[in-house]
Amino acid sequence: MDENLEGLAEHLAAALPGVVQGWTLRHGELAIEVPREAVLDVLSFLRDDPQCRFTVLCDICGVDYPDRPQRFDVVYNLLSMSRNLRIRVKLQTDEEQPVPSVTGLFSAAGWWEREAFDLYGIYFSEHPDLRRILTDYGFDGHPLRKDFPLTGYVELRYDEDQKRVVYEPVKLKQEFRSFDFLSPWEGMDSILPGDEKASAAAAEKDSKAP
Amino acid sequence: MSDIAGFGAAPPPASAVDEELESAPHIRNFTMNFGPQHPAAHGVMRMVLEMDGEVIERADPHIGLLHRGTEKLIEYKTYLQAIPYFDRLDYVSPMCQEHAFSLAVEKLMGIEPPPRGKYIRVLFAEVTRILNHLLNVCAFGLDLGAITPFLWGFEERERLMEFYERASGARLHANYFRPGGVHMDLPPRLVDDIASFCETFPQTIDDIEHLLTDNRIFRQRTVNIGVLSAADAADWGMSGPMLRASGVAWDLRRAQPYDAYAEMDFDVPVGRNGDCFDRYLVRIEEMRQSVRIIRQCLEKLPPGPVKINDRKVAPPPRAEMKSSMEALIHHFKLYTEGYHVPAGETYTAVEAPKGEFGVYLVADGTNRPYRCKIRAPGFAFLQATEFLCKGHMLADLVAVVGSMDIVFGEIDR
Repeated sequence: MDENLEGLAEHLAAALPGVVQGWTLRHGELAIEVPREAVLDVLSFLRDDPQCRFTVLCDICGVDYPDRPQRFDVVYNLLSMSRNLRIRVKLQTDEEQPVPSVTGLFSAAGWWEREAFDLYGIYFSEHPDLRRILTDYGFDGHPLRKDFPLTGYVELRYDEDQKRVVYEPVKLKQEFRSFDFLSPWEGMDSILPGDEKASAAAAEKDSKAP
Repeated sequence: MSDIAGFGAAPPPASAVDEELESAPHIRNFTMNFGPQHPAAHGVMRMVLEMDGEVIERADPHIGLLHRGTEKLIEYKTYLQAIPYFDRLDYVSPMCQEHAFSLAVEKLMGIEPPPRGKYIRVLFAEVTRILNHLLNVCAFGLDLGAITPFLWGFEERERLMEFYERASGARLHANYFRPGGVHMDLPPRLVDDIASFCETFPQTIDDIEHLLTDNRIFRQRTVNIGVLSAADAADWGMSGPMLRASGVAWDLRRAQPYDAYAEMDFDVPVGRNGDCFDRYLVRIEEMRQSVRIIRQCLEKLPPGPVKINDRKVAPPPRAEMKSSMEALIHHFKLYTEGYHVPAGETYTAVEAPKGEFGVYLVADGTNRPYRCKIRAPGFAFLQATEFLCKGHMLADLVAVVGSMDIVFGEIDR
């Protein structure tokens, strides 16, 4: 399987020069990175090339990395039933730059793109019907962004006087708690208060040593 | 004409004819709201239909009424705490979804469950498949007016859920599959009871088939309704019985076998026409094949541990904790901090009863997933509703939706 994928990656890099910005093969899965503008070319090549035949678009999803200038990853997972291979195509975008919609290539993309738009606010140009899909009618914000709080902003209840459902700012009976279970001995990046003294002392000792 | 009638009325001038045509009632399509509380909508689906008389012109499903933000919640939980959310996605086939998540975490951590754990997982994945298909086939019959199969099917489902309860402690939300194996070993005599279920269950399938397969009403409602060609099925991202009914022999259990599926002998049924009736037939045959796999699992079930012998991933046995301080520490650490999954990403899919259930997991090296995208098969099915129903009658919509096997827990997430 890995040899097949490696051969495929080299085939793609040769067939789409300058478009495949990089590829990784980890856990037996191939992922390629492409520029945003080239996604239609790449996906149509992957679908139609006789060595690829990735005819099924399994999934499109967004991932948010708020620290990056291009904060969103858009990830396309494709499946080739005839070659029994999977591939992942990744590209980067931000809140404003639209990604070309692939609904013309894969009918299945319509709702996956709507979902990415709804949950992350990623725009898809040329999408025939870019509406919200999972959140409430008239919902404000994009809930899967990392800066959207888990508890949200509004809550709703049925109001007996007005005889309808009303929205109100969310009131928490108990403060939202996010436990930091990371062990201070392993796997923790943050410095415990007082630790900087130890490293400063060590650095001082080192500089004095010679 | 005027001569015969003797009214002597002169034919109206041309301008008057135009006027009359314009003032005639304007015929436009009727927009209808289907659901979200419709019994044939299989949950909380709202569909806005544009009808030309009795014929569907446009169907726009509105989903998200059961959206609970599972993906967001998982980002705030440890890997172990994320598993129960998977039970609550597609609540008629809970264990298969735990399976996908467990396999994804195992892939990122580079661990593998012991053989007995793998066999138990396959055994219960197939029990789950029967659970799901029973519900779908019987509810499909119910949608089309057959009430009896539903009653018979639920009797069998209750027996299967009893197996769930004996293995995991819960009838529905099992939380049984864990990264590194399963939570506990099977209790004594459960293997024998599942074996005796396998003896009697094929008779129930025959009984249900006896009522539905050759039933004239059932056939009239399903044959040649919602036809999906193989190429269209791929284009719309179909999987599972929806895809196989269109004649594509694609089953992840066979093509990309996981756990102990490589050692199982089973057939992949395919349909020929891709209509609602073929989807029903594929599911019926898959139940028979599941019984076959369950029998093989029971025969070959190897002895040994059911979860990985790594205290950083799987908790120590209760008895050990009574005497070993280290075991106690491990237990405490596992259920507070959890384990750290090395940074990386994976798309892992299993053949859930409905189709390809995938988990796209991004780990950042901490004890919580950075992103966990759930690829629900039903989401792709429902998307194709308009494609499948256009030009059909309103009553056929019920048949198409019933044959798609949609559950809103997984679609809305």
